[in-house]
Amino acid sequence: MIRIAVTLALMAPAAFAGEIWVTNEKDDTISVISTETLEVIQTYETGERPRGIIFSRDYSRVYICASDSNAVQVMDPETGKILNDLPSGDDPEQFVLHPNDRHLYIANEDDAITTVVDTETRKVIAQIDVGVEPEGMAVSPDGKIAITTSETTNMAHWIDTETQKLFANTLVDSRPRHAEFVKGGTEMWVSAEIGGTITVFRTADQTELAKIEFAVQGVHPDRVQPVGFEFTAGDTHAFVALGPSNHVAVVNTETYEVEDYILVGRRVWHMAFNADRSLLFTTNGVSGDVTVIDVAAREAIKSIKVGRFPWGAAFRPTD
Amino acid sequence: MTAYLTSFRAIVLREALRFIHQRERFIAALMRPLVWLLVFAAGFRAALGLSIIPPYQTYITYETYIVPGLCGMILLFNGMQSSLSLVYDREMGSMKLLLTSPLPRGWLLFCKLAGSTIISILQVYAFLAIAAAFGITMPGWGYVAVLPALLVAGLMLGALGLVLSSLIKQLENFAGVMNFVIFPMFFLSSALYPLWKMAESSKLLHDICAVNPFTHAVELIRFALYLQFNGAALGWTCLAALVFTGAALLGYDPARTRMGRKT
Repeated sequence: MIRIAVTLALMAPAAFAGEIWVTNEKDDTISVISTETLEVIQTYETGERPRGIIFSRDYSRVYICASDSNAVQVMDPETGKILNDLPSGDDPEQFVLHPNDRHLYIANEDDAITTVVDTETRKVIAQIDVGVEPEGMAVSPDGKIAITTSETTNMAHWIDTETQKLFANTLVDSRPRHAEFVKGGTEMWVSAEIGGTITVFRTADQTELAKIEFAVQGVHPDRVQPVGFEFTAGDTHAFVALGPSNHVAVVNTETYEVEDYILVGRRVWHMAFNADRSLLFTTNGVSGDVTVIDVAAREAIKSIKVGRFPWGAAFRPTD
Repeated sequence: MTAYLTSFRAIVLREALRFIHQRERFIAALMRPLVWLLVFAAGFRAALGLSIIPPYQTYITYETYIVPGLCGMILLFNGMQSSLSLVYDREMGSMKLLLTSPLPRGWLLFCKLAGSTIISILQVYAFLAIAAAFGITMPGWGYVAVLPALLVAGLMLGALGLVLSSLIKQLENFAGVMNFVIFPMFFLSSALYPLWKMAESSKLLHDICAVNPFTHAVELIRFALYLQFNGAALGWTCLAALVFTGAALLGYDPARTRMGRKT
């Protein structure tokens, strides 16, 4: 306990106070964790089966994919009150907010489409046909490209956000789950859950730059399933959630080599950093908790009980 | 007072010299826990489920879990080794020389106990250093905080060794100690598996583990390594130390020994 307190005192000055918001898929709730005390300080009810979660740029609204309610809910993070629902299409699972802070790109898993919703007019402005079971969503930092990954088609679909049309499709390994742009948008990474890999693309020409593989000692390869991933400050390293292997991998983004594996809770899925990216919070679905990783030490320091099947995570500053 | 200190220094130095001269004993004492740590734990890593129990704040590997238990194992085996050496001393006659000292017998036994405990603690630190070299580390200050816990646990287990040595008349009987004391004490404890895991298979075994003083010694070490205080474990370990010391004093009581000879 003293060790954690000292670590936090060194790493989390008051200027970086904040919260991690975690969606609990089976409880229909959100657990709010203080990044200072590492305790759950609030629980809010949501629609059915909350999964993806994202804040507006000024953190005045939080968007929640309530998958079984077939809606994206907009919540006031100060009060936990649902302000309104957005027309999301059926079974929204993941989404991404365009840098214009207005357009939400939503993956509709059951309908094989990506829905673009204007959060101000609350209207659907486009629906784009993509592969079967779309899930992972990303948008480039300049806002020109959106990505949808489709779990069954095993593709990353590249969407021109001007025309809202596909301009490229690239094959990845089996069941792509998550996508992110990195290094100022020059690279785009896609994780493949069943394939057990991350494919790195050069954004400019959509060519494959590298394929990252994972092997956790003492864990059967079938259980090593990369899902969510996040990048440290300066994009020097990626932390990759490896699903039922119960480990997070640390990948060097220059060499694409795995440098470390960190034991966390069961079926680690998505994650979020605190303000200065010194702590990483991973959602562990089966064990129903969130593991806190000391990024510099690459060490799990605490696991915090949340609701049943925590899924998504997002950071919100409070000062 | 000088006589007390002289005897203390002499007995502790004798223990140290005996230990230094038996390098194979040092290696053997380290090999045992290392085999458990690097072979047994590696094999059971996947078989045993994960859990978060105090003092741990998050998920740990099985190797990390058994380190405090293996520290306890070193203290336990050394405590018994010390009882073996007492039986040997008795057979060789050097014990008679020791016990004819004009100093109180209790003091002499305490010196012997302190000597063997200090040696045990050195071995525990050597083991922790090797474990750290294999990447199994504890919080930095935990290595300091564990010292008093090792001292209390070492004295308790050493006192148990003294009790046994007062009961065993011949070296040949020592095998019985292995089978009836060391193994049950080690396996019926939280050294290798948490008590909740034991409760899943047998409530009776769990209850036996819970009253085993070795369990409390291991938990005392475990909590200290993670900079946490476990009052209950400390209390039970101290109580067991007092009971075993009392029994050892009784076992080495000259009046009782003479009576034993007459009958």
